[in-house]
Amino acid sequence: MSGAVTTAHSVVEPSATSRRIAAFLVILYAVVTMVPLAWIFATAWKTPPDSISYPPKVVFDPSLEGYCNLFTTRTRQTDEYIEALGPPQGACDEVTRKREMVIAGPSNYLPRFVNSLIIAFGSTFLAVSLGVFSAYAFSRFKIPLADDLLFFILSTRMMPPIAVAIPIYLMYREIGLSDSALGMILLYTAVNVSLAVWLLKGFIDEIPREYEEAAMIDGYTRLQAFFKVVLPQAATGIAATAIFCLIFAWNEYAFAVLLTSGEAQTAPPFIPTIIGEGGMDWPAVGAGTTLFLIPIVVFTVLLRKHLLRGITFGAVRK
Amino acid sequence: MAEVRLEQVEKRFGDTVAVTGINLTIADGEFVALLGPTGAGKTTTLRLIAGLEKPDEGKVFIGGRDATGQSPAERNVAFVFQQYSLYPHLSVYDNLAFPLRSPVRKADDAAIRQTVERVARLLRIEAKLGNRATRLSGGEMQRVAIGRALVRDPSIFLMDEPLSSLDAKLRADLRLELKHIQQDLGATVLYVTHDQIEALTMANRIGVLDHGRLVQIGSPREIYETPRNLYVATRLGMPAINLLPPQAFPQHQVPPGTRTIGARTEHVAIARANGGAHAKVEWIEHLGDQNHLHLRVGDHKLITLVDPDVDLGVGDSIDVTLRGPLYFGTDGERIG
Repeated sequence: MSGAVTTAHSVVEPSATSRRIAAFLVILYAVVTMVPLAWIFATAWKTPPDSISYPPKVVFDPSLEGYCNLFTTRTRQTDEYIEALGPPQGACDEVTRKREMVIAGPSNYLPRFVNSLIIAFGSTFLAVSLGVFSAYAFSRFKIPLADDLLFFILSTRMMPPIAVAIPIYLMYREIGLSDSALGMILLYTAVNVSLAVWLLKGFIDEIPREYEEAAMIDGYTRLQAFFKVVLPQAATGIAATAIFCLIFAWNEYAFAVLLTSGEAQTAPPFIPTIIGEGGMDWPAVGAGTTLFLIPIVVFTVLLRKHLLRGITFGAVRK
Repeated sequence: MAEVRLEQVEKRFGDTVAVTGINLTIADGEFVALLGPTGAGKTTTLRLIAGLEKPDEGKVFIGGRDATGQSPAERNVAFVFQQYSLYPHLSVYDNLAFPLRSPVRKADDAAIRQTVERVARLLRIEAKLGNRATRLSGGEMQRVAIGRALVRDPSIFLMDEPLSSLDAKLRADLRLELKHIQQDLGATVLYVTHDQIEALTMANRIGVLDHGRLVQIGSPREIYETPRNLYVATRLGMPAINLLPPQAFPQHQVPPGTRTIGARTEHVAIARANGGAHAKVEWIEHLGDQNHLHLRVGDHKLITLVDPDVDLGVGDSIDVTLRGPLYFGTDGERIG
């Protein structure tokens, strides 16, 4: 048989040609979606003049200026004053002085970033915790009007959230929740909990009740059985739900703009307000956006395995 | 181990009556099998004893105490499920240790290890203790599931078709093992099955359920030889009992009121006819050690066993005589 050309091919295995076409399409799609991101990363390393030059510069001398400007506020000073200060302290100081400015203090980026972390993770934790308990209840107990309740929960997602923004703004102002982290956590939790209940109910429905029943016979209460047996098996669903909730809360802009302005402002409404000399400080905006992406990327990569299972969930019967 | 008693137990799900009027006592150390088709109320009976369902009426006594209001954890019963019996996120060891670590028992680690290893040896799964529960064969999984019941000292073992998801050979092996373990431990067992072989070979007594009622309970021999009615008679026997009207055997004397004759293979005598026969061979199934002989008696079918070396062919004429068959009246109850 040696030397014989094999012409037999499997019906289910894709051929080399279709494989190549598929690879090309996937790479093309990846490139198209990556270009804006790459543009943001690149802008963060440009100087302000480079960032607005036309035609755009693809090759440029990298500069720390964007990151320095992101984290600092600066004041313009006379040459004499700057010279009297002595040698620059560190790279950022040097960059700033070249523009005849000195660092006046830290910017608001870090506290805004911390606000984002607290509000997004806090609301995700609350939405998923509330979601998993109610999903379990809907899945396991006979609840009067269960279908209507589930529909009611889902219906909160049917209008655009911004439609209720003004009433919520007025309400929050009245009860003192405007511009507070607690207010934002509650708001994002309220929006996400419907998604969490529906997603998690699907996952918990798939866990046979025999496991809890076995645990209850083995000497556990229902609540203990829930924590020991149901939760570990719902881990995939919980992870997928958490990612969806976190992405929403992390990126949410409209409510954040309207309801927060100072203390509790999150990063999304803050980043577009970074103004340098002569308009937007694009390198600082690029730097702020780049850093802003990191937590969600890390979180998603950590739970990637679960996410894939989560979004294709129900598509394939086991 | 303890005696378990059900008194006038009834359970309804909405408008459906799952079980009703169940009176059943399982003596300490006794192996009782519940036999019946799907929906007869076998599993509901088990779940009522386990406390997974609350009876609408009647009482459940475990070891002489009224357990009707107790939670499953308080009842100290062990349950082996038909499937999904192991916690998939735990190792075999942790699965076996799970009941011992429960808040109601709280055994210390050394005692747990000792018990788990003893049970693992008994079931010959010592080598698998470190495995994930999901990485076992079907037979091993069911062994671990039985092991999880054995690690504690429950009042009763409740088994819900524990062998039905296994292949035939494994089922036969585990059946034997299970019976040996039960005898060695003197365990009280209530075993639900729709497999008559399991019920016949393992049980001290068999209870036959029909539409939520316990129709008859007795030793396998009683159930087989003196079934109370047609329904019970059709539960046991391979091939199934032949049900024929008396008119099919005009020469055969039947008690008054007989509507149906129940003829098991041992009630049927056949002989090659020399003309004037009233049965014909329709089909012969070769099963190796014996043959199923399908006969036509007038308008009726009759299936019986013959030795494989009997020289019969399709179309041959046969004389059929009945020897001590069962008789059933118009209401389906057995007569005489």
